[in-house]
Amino acid sequence: MNAADTAFILIAAALVMFMTPGLALFYAGLVRAKNVLATIMHSFFLLGLISVLWAVGGYSLAFGPDIGGLIGGLNFAFLNDVGVEGNGPVNNIPHLAFMAFQMMFAVITPALISGAFAERIKFSSYAVFSGLWLILVYSPMAHWVWGGGWMAKMGALDFAGGAVVHMSSGAAALAAAMVLGARSGYGKQSFMPHNLPMTLTGMGILWFGWFGFNAGSALAANGLAANAFVTTHLAASAACLGWLIIEKLHAGHPTTLGAASGALAGLVAITPAAGYVTPMASLLIGFIGGFVCYGGVLLKSKLKYDDALDVVGIHGLGGTWGALATGLFATKAVNSAGADGLFYGNPAQFGIQLVSVLATWVFCFGASYILFKFVDMVMGLRPSPDDEAKGLDITQHSESGYQL
Amino acid sequence: MKKIEIIIRPFKTDDVKKALTDLDIKGMTVSEVKGFGRQRGHKEVYRGAEYQVDFVSKVKIEVVVDDAQVKQVVDTVVAAARTGQIGDGKIFVVPVEETIRIRTGETGVAAI
Repeated sequence: MNAADTAFILIAAALVMFMTPGLALFYAGLVRAKNVLATIMHSFFLLGLISVLWAVGGYSLAFGPDIGGLIGGLNFAFLNDVGVEGNGPVNNIPHLAFMAFQMMFAVITPALISGAFAERIKFSSYAVFSGLWLILVYSPMAHWVWGGGWMAKMGALDFAGGAVVHMSSGAAALAAAMVLGARSGYGKQSFMPHNLPMTLTGMGILWFGWFGFNAGSALAANGLAANAFVTTHLAASAACLGWLIIEKLHAGHPTTLGAASGALAGLVAITPAAGYVTPMASLLIGFIGGFVCYGGVLLKSKLKYDDALDVVGIHGLGGTWGALATGLFATKAVNSAGADGLFYGNPAQFGIQLVSVLATWVFCFGASYILFKFVDMVMGLRPSPDDEAKGLDITQHSESGYQL
Repeated sequence: MKKIEIIIRPFKTDDVKKALTDLDIKGMTVSEVKGFGRQRGHKEVYRGAEYQVDFVSKVKIEVVVDDAQVKQVVDTVVAAARTGQIGDGKIFVVPVEETIRIRTGETGVAAI
């Protein structure tokens, strides 16, 4: 075991944990004041629920010994055999450190989905859905990509979660928008963000935490982590600029929300690629990611689905672009354990990435759709129209965000 | 007694307040309101979606004065609040039936 690696991964895990309250603030500033607490809760509560489920069984299903390429065994349930020795999936850090790092990813991924059903879901239904989604969608995906499952065996590259975190939540968000339907008054009333300073604060926290998310995925305090750190930052920077440029050209003004959304798009796009591509490639991946996700956000109004906080446009499409870009720009010069991409003379990798993208969307969308329908059937997803109008803070939590 | 309801541009609040206190007006009530007259609203854009915001923020100042003071107060406020652009605001003069000071129970002009 390596002391430097252990220290780094524990700190990285804490950085990723911080992203969940960061996401809470990011989303909460974008909704109306009457739903601010419920929106924060959609992220914050998962720190409780998902952490417990992860420790009890989610981790084992993801990273336990492989069964048929599809799922992990329950050998690590209740963290059995997950201890202080370095005998986990990697042997340079304690197994507990690896589990803890992965746990923070598991927490934030279902939280991302909440952007799609913001302002119109019952708390109980959201909690049940999220718990089921962890076990039935996230753990399998994590197993397929990182736990020795079929996508890993196929050679799909996903450094820090383009598929496991972003495409999965993006696909689930699309299912959510379709099953729940639009917010009452959508298209007629104007739903403006009630607190953009809160959103920007959240974005700052997300950018900061992403260094743990991507650089930490090197699972060691080494040059690869440094590469991932730099590609992460440069992609965010380039995407921020890219989004602002297209926003100025298309809408006439560069906006603060655009700067935040652009940076976010870049961070999402670089997530699968961070430890496989060069910093210069990350500038391009980020810059193009800004354009792609801007288009993704506009798509929502064209196709008329109410993905309230643009999870599909940014996480779904951004993750997709990032996964495909990995197939273009990956180079063994950065990471010898990876592969070369199309631009380095290996078009086959692009094909592998494409297969993993399609499989991710089909599985995650399909499973999420079924889960939403199931929860709707059993307990109803939406609050009554009256409750929705009064606001989720009062009706779901008996609280008011602001006593003015 | 008359209540003078004054709706003005928010940045004019201090000017109007000073003009009124210079006239020895002893008290006023101020609230932040929204509204529109001939002044158009503005556009806000969030992630490519345009929102037309019709209501403009204004400040409403209410003072109650003796009938004899009304003209002087109105003229003073107009001078302090006017910029000459659309959106300067309005003044309404409304009759007041009774005024009571809660602490002492005084009524009428003495209670203003």
